[in-house]
Order: sequence, then structure tokens, then C-alpha cells
Amino acid sequence: MSLKRVVVTGLGAVTPYGAGMDLFLDSLRAGRGAVRPVPELAAIQGLRARVAALVPELDAKVVPRKFRRSMTPMSVYAVLACQEALAQAGLGEGECQGGRLGVVIGSTVGSIEASESFFADFLTDHSLERMKSTLFFQIMNHSCAANVAQALGIAGRILAPAAACSTGSQAVGYGAEMIALGKQEWILCGGADEFHPLTAATFDVMNAGSTRYNDDPARTPRPFDRDRDGVVCAEGCGILLLEALDSARARGADILAEVTGFATLSAPSNIANPDAEAIARCMAEALADAGVTAADIDYVNAHATGTELGDHAEAEGIFRLFGDGVPVSSLKGHIGHAMAASGSLELAACVAMLGDGRLIPTRNLDQVDPECAPIRHVRGLEAAPVNTILKNSFALGGVNSSIVLRRYRHD
Amino acid sequence: MTDQEIIERINASLAEEFELDRADMVPEATIYEDLGLDSLDTVDMVIVLEAAFKFKIREETAIREIRTLGDIHNFVIGKYRRQDGAA
Repeated sequence: MSLKRVVVTGLGAVTPYGAGMDLFLDSLRAGRGAVRPVPELAAIQGLRARVAALVPELDAKVVPRKFRRSMTPMSVYAVLACQEALAQAGLGEGECQGGRLGVVIGSTVGSIEASESFFADFLTDHSLERMKSTLFFQIMNHSCAANVAQALGIAGRILAPAAACSTGSQAVGYGAEMIALGKQEWILCGGADEFHPLTAATFDVMNAGSTRYNDDPARTPRPFDRDRDGVVCAEGCGILLLEALDSARARGADILAEVTGFATLSAPSNIANPDAEAIARCMAEALADAGVTAADIDYVNAHATGTELGDHAEAEGIFRLFGDGVPVSSLKGHIGHAMAASGSLELAACVAMLGDGRLIPTRNLDQVDPECAPIRHVRGLEAAPVNTILKNSFALGGVNSSIVLRRYRHD
Repeated sequence: MTDQEIIERINASLAEEFELDRADMVPEATIYEDLGLDSLDTVDMVIVLEAAFKFKIREETAIREIRTLGDIHNFVIGKYRRQDGAA
């Protein structure tokens, strides 16, 4: 069976900077940090984090009430990002509704806020009489994918991968495989998440959340830096519109990049701790899937969230495969860790880096941790010939993912 | 509460919940066609009205006969008066 080539023809983003890819990329290139104080976190006993990177208030009413009633913010982010990607790709209502467009969008979990709000009321008297009919659609695991499909009239495949911080990358990888197999012509792929204090608490209780920069949020998180102290939670949605190359060429679409390799593997050594060997194996399988070697990779976009264990393991894994010659950076220093959205947001930025040949550095990397020193860090905006990128995403639960993107060339 | 006050409370509650344009909320407006609501909305409408008037109406068979906003007004006024009389 011959596989189709898979290309990216649209990008969309809702980030802690606001809505839109241009704002996202301009902010990254300008080195702007998105982490802000969240004073209301002080009301939660036992939670040490007081900062996060939150999406500024958006006008959710651009989504008609009929569709919005079953959404929480993460679905609104997903709809806005999908609309942006579709517009860039030049796909309209007709293409959405014909069954050739699918949607693969996941989140870490359904809306915790909606669950909390329901149970806060329910537990007062154990009555279901006040339960709204739309609650289920907000807390189900495939809330974002289903809400996007309903709002945009998408009649093709629908899938909601859930692998925490690997979700966005898995969505792109699984979407690419479906297109390669000829099962769909276009797929909106990505991850979305909305902030809830429980997310910050997840890292805080494991001593993996940033707590020392509550009074100086611009300085955290600090991937690969000696003075890092953990994850800063973020929210948003990143979408890549994947398309079969033959379709894109027939339409005369602007091809932004090609997805050439994908690997996602379980790391069963520990449910929480990263494993350098498993990370290296995942990257190696993605390279093999793309039919390239480490020498072909021009840049590695790291998962690196700013935790000691994670940064060390990833730096070690990258060094094993790539040595000290390949530029590496993490975008978490800019936007924090957007959980399920992180992989696809960062992939969208990688597509842009392929396009303009400027590598975005790791923000807040002032003094490289000696344990992370052997790899070649990008310390400032760097012009470089970039033809092939490898992007990593790793998740609690032992789920690693790596994706290879290539500048599109007609051959 | 006068009938008009009850109608105003109904309309205000429904307008807020379903983002309805008050100009469209005439008594003869049909729930589905004119106001654009659907079966999920009618489930939530019951909850909204129960919260607004502190009564229970979900199990009332008459509720199934409701077609227009005016039907809602009459149903709620009747229920409110019966409850008031019973109190």
C-alpha cells in the first residue's frame, strides 16, 4: 500500500498572548513572557504556585450560543484556532461538511471547572434537579473535538487522544497517519486545555511546580537553567491543519511544511519520572519513520518544562542522539506549559521557524545547568538554514512523542 | 406578584439563559421555531424557571403541551397561583 505524503496548510493558535498565530509568533520572537500573577490561587490551601500563563479574556460570543452552551473555554479556544487554520488553508463550509475533513483534538481531561461547579452544588443536598442538560458535553473527554465538529459542521472522522502533555503531538501524529493512509483528506489536529488550580496542584504536590518566582513571574519557568524550579501551567489551543499533499497541490494551497515522521511510545520505567533512554528511543523511532538520520536534523524543539528531572533526561537523550551540534530550545520559558495544547502550539511555532529560518531561543535560560550543558542551546534569536525539525513532547503517565517536520520541497 | 411581574421574571430569566432578544419575546413566539430553542434548551428552561420561582414543575404533564412563550407565561402563572393559594 502506498502512503500519501502529509503536509501542513493551516495553523491556528489561542495562547496566553491572545488569539492568533501572528500574535503568538511575534511575541515568541520578541522574547515576551506570558506568565502572570494569579492572586486568587492564594485562596487555595496547600497550593504554593501563584503564577500561570492564562489566555486573556476573549469574546466567546463569536461562537453562537447553540454551540457555546456545551462548551467551556478550552472548546472556545479550539474553535477559534480551527477557524484560523481553515481560513489560512482556504477551506470553507463546503469542505468542512462533506466528510473529507476530520478532527483530532484532545485535552488532558474534560473541564474540571464544570465538574467542580456541578459537584459544589450537588454535594449541598445530593440533588440532581439543578443539573443542566449540557453538563456532560463539557466534562466528557472528547468535549473539544465534539464541540469543534458541531460548531464547524465537520462530518468526517473524530478522535480525541488523551495523553496529558503529549496530547497535542499525538493528535498531529495520529492525524498524519490517517491522512497517509488515505482515510481523510484534511484533519484539524491539536490539543487544547483550560487552566484550573488542580492542574497547578498536580505539579505542586510532586514538587515539580515553580514556586520561587511568585513575585517575579517573568523569570519563570526556566527550561535548562541552573535556577529553574519547575513547571508553570498555561492554557490555550494550537491547531495544525494537515492535508494530503496531492490535495494541497491540486488546490494550489500554500504548503507550510511536511510531516514526515512520528513516534509515540510508552516509557514503562515510571509513571511520573522521565527516562532518558526511552526519550532517545522515541526520537530515534521518529527519525526512522521520517527516513532520516540525526545528521539531517537542523533543530530540536524540546519539551523541556523547567523541571530538574525532565530537563536532565531530555538533555541526556538529545545528547545521545545528536551530540552537541544540533541547536535545541524550549518555548516553555515564553508561554509556560499549556499541557495538552503544548505540543501542537509548539509544533505550530516550529512550522513558522521552518518558514522563516529563525530559531526562537529558550527564554529565561541565563545560566545553563551543567547537567544540561552538553547539548547546543539556542540562546538568542538565531538565523539558520532549517530544513528539518524534530519536536518532542513528554507526558506524565510515561507517554513520549516525537514528530519530524520538514520544509516542503517538490520531489 | 402580579401577572405582569411574573411574565417579566420569566422573560428576564429566559432572555439571560438563552441570550434571547427581548424584542422577539412576544407571547405568540413559538419556542422552537421563533425563539430557536431545542429539546436540550427546554430541559434547561425547566431548571431556570424552577430556580426563578422556587417551585417544581419537571413532572407536570401540562408542560408537554407548551408551544409558545405565551403558553409558558400561562403555565407559570397558573402554577404560581396554585402554589400561592396552597401556601
